[in-house]
Amino acid sequence: MCAAIQCRDLRKTYDGKVEAVRGLNLEIETGECFGLLGPNGAGKTTTIEILEGLLEPTSGAVSILGYTWRENERQLREWLGISLQETRLSEKLTVRETVDLFASFYREPRSTDDVLEELQLTEKADSWVGKLSGGQRQRLAVATALVCNPKILFLDEPTTGLDPQSRRQLWDIIREFQRSGGTVLLTTHYMDEAERLCDRLAIVDHGQIIAEGTPQDLIERLGGHHVVEFVVSGNNGVALAAWRALPSVESVREEDGMVALNVKEPHLAIPALLGAVEKQGGQLEHLTTRQASLEDVFVRLTGRHLREE
Amino acid sequence: MSVAEQTPIVEVKDAQGRPPRRNGRWAGYLHLLMARMLEMKREPEVVFWVFVFPLLLAAGLGIAFRNKPGEASSVVVVSGAGAQNAESLLQRSSQHAQFKVNTEDAAAARKGFRLGKYDVVIEPQDGEKLVYLYDPARPESVLARANVDDAIQAAAGRKDMVATSEIISSEPGSRYIDFLIPGLLGMNLMNSGMWGIGFALVDMRQRKLLKRFVGTPMRRGDFLLALLSSRLVLMIIEIALLLALGVVFFHMRVLGSIFTITLLGAVGAMCFGGVGLLTASRAQKIESVSGLMNLVMMPMWIFSGVFFSYERFPAVVQPLIKALPLTALNDALRTSILEGTPLMHQWSRLLVMGLWGGISFALALRWFRWT
Repeated sequence: MCAAIQCRDLRKTYDGKVEAVRGLNLEIETGECFGLLGPNGAGKTTTIEILEGLLEPTSGAVSILGYTWRENERQLREWLGISLQETRLSEKLTVRETVDLFASFYREPRSTDDVLEELQLTEKADSWVGKLSGGQRQRLAVATALVCNPKILFLDEPTTGLDPQSRRQLWDIIREFQRSGGTVLLTTHYMDEAERLCDRLAIVDHGQIIAEGTPQDLIERLGGHHVVEFVVSGNNGVALAAWRALPSVESVREEDGMVALNVKEPHLAIPALLGAVEKQGGQLEHLTTRQASLEDVFVRLTGRHLREE
Repeated sequence: MSVAEQTPIVEVKDAQGRPPRRNGRWAGYLHLLMARMLEMKREPEVVFWVFVFPLLLAAGLGIAFRNKPGEASSVVVVSGAGAQNAESLLQRSSQHAQFKVNTEDAAAARKGFRLGKYDVVIEPQDGEKLVYLYDPARPESVLARANVDDAIQAAAGRKDMVATSEIISSEPGSRYIDFLIPGLLGMNLMNSGMWGIGFALVDMRQRKLLKRFVGTPMRRGDFLLALLSSRLVLMIIEIALLLALGVVFFHMRVLGSIFTITLLGAVGAMCFGGVGLLTASRAQKIESVSGLMNLVMMPMWIFSGVFFSYERFPAVVQPLIKALPLTALNDALRTSILEGTPLMHQWSRLLVMGLWGGISFALALRWFRWT
């Protein structure tokens, strides 16, 4: 059994100058939902379009379901469902006409009615695409991908710009597809999306993978599941090293006066923290604890936030 | 790709049993064609520019240049000695209905002539003699001078040496509207072919729809073919509307067979479809393709004999003009519609259009940018 998607040492240089992808390796198993997580401009879209066979890599090898694009393009196209970032479908066609059109390109597509029902578009079947809301349009884009009964679904930023309810609807659809045996590769810059949806993910930055694993793994690697954030006033001279030395603290960072500790066991760290603040004569102005997220992983790895431009 | 996939076009659909839905070889092509037609039908601007606008243009020009019944020449006699005599001679002649005679002083008469108000000025000199002031570069002035002279001489008692008589002929086929309608037809096929294909393509490219299509097993040739064939359907409607306008309102006579005209229209539509495809093969933005289109079409608007005959251009450029696809199409349509020339005698024009269309299509396929 070969991997659903495999690529080795993928590189893409635009115009001989801009290095969008710089030596990327991936191996995605059949039935997995794999996420490429990274800020805008990290090379996610370039990577996914190379894997979709829409862009030629400058160098590197790609194999999809054990086949290469060069030799088996037609066959691969039958097996892949694609949703690009911002495709504007024809506004003057109805939802049904659009799905029928895409269905007509495949040898054995699914029934349009089934797909529309699955994507909760049945009510809108005869509306013009131009009249749909953002969430409905995005579901239609996924419908045009699912109508071919794909083995692999490629989604480039499927929920960018959608309201929370529409996002959750799409997540359900993606999970349903995965449950029926499909493989999913998606890109996103939303942490929560990656955490909830993906079995495994790769964090991409500057065209390279800087970390890879299950969401749990990645958070684990931070060293602590919990994050304790606090603000101390009245004493500005305390070095971060002092917080780092507290029991059970794995790492420290500071941002705008707020100190964030990655902590293994909060019940050991917090009393010690309170003691330390008191001893220094400072005033605790703010204290929260929360579960560590992929955002923390990203900040830890790059020193930047995901959403920063 | 295996050739053995030529299953029938019929789509299998069953609500209950649901055998797998299967698509034949041409399913994609048919759906693309249908989608294109639906989109155009639902776009009111398309209906206007492709169908209504050329009709309005033809109607407007046809009315402006309709054949007016023998317009009277406007004649001015310079007042003074002998003016009375000249006027009464004109009034007495049998052709007096052809003239509108005015009397003015010399300055006003000349000014009126310069402004085109009068076609000829009659200046009596020394009592007996008449001097005609006219402009040989103005046909109506030449005509007025000849007629006025003829009328005055006859009224004064000149005898014609040869007996003559006249038969009046102003039959459909030689009027300006007859010249115009086939030209408009050709121009319309060019305009809508170039815009219809070029604009649609660049728009789809800009919307990344082309890229999305390429992400499916869609046959790229089918896609381009569907675009071109959508033009054929429109072409038939365009031709029918314009010809109907000519026949019904301007009593134009169509001598060629409908089949020949339709076939010429089809060749023209395909030819400009190919040129449009090539023009739009790489452009990324609507703005850039608009400029390119105008650049390609501009020479043909001027040189290809849409509104006036290209015979007016110097002989040196005639071969170049005849090599333009719109010239070939206009000439072919004109001779077919007005003279009933059969297709066999049009092969050189068909060849010109075929070459333009074929070479453009081949180059477009090579250079085409899908993403």
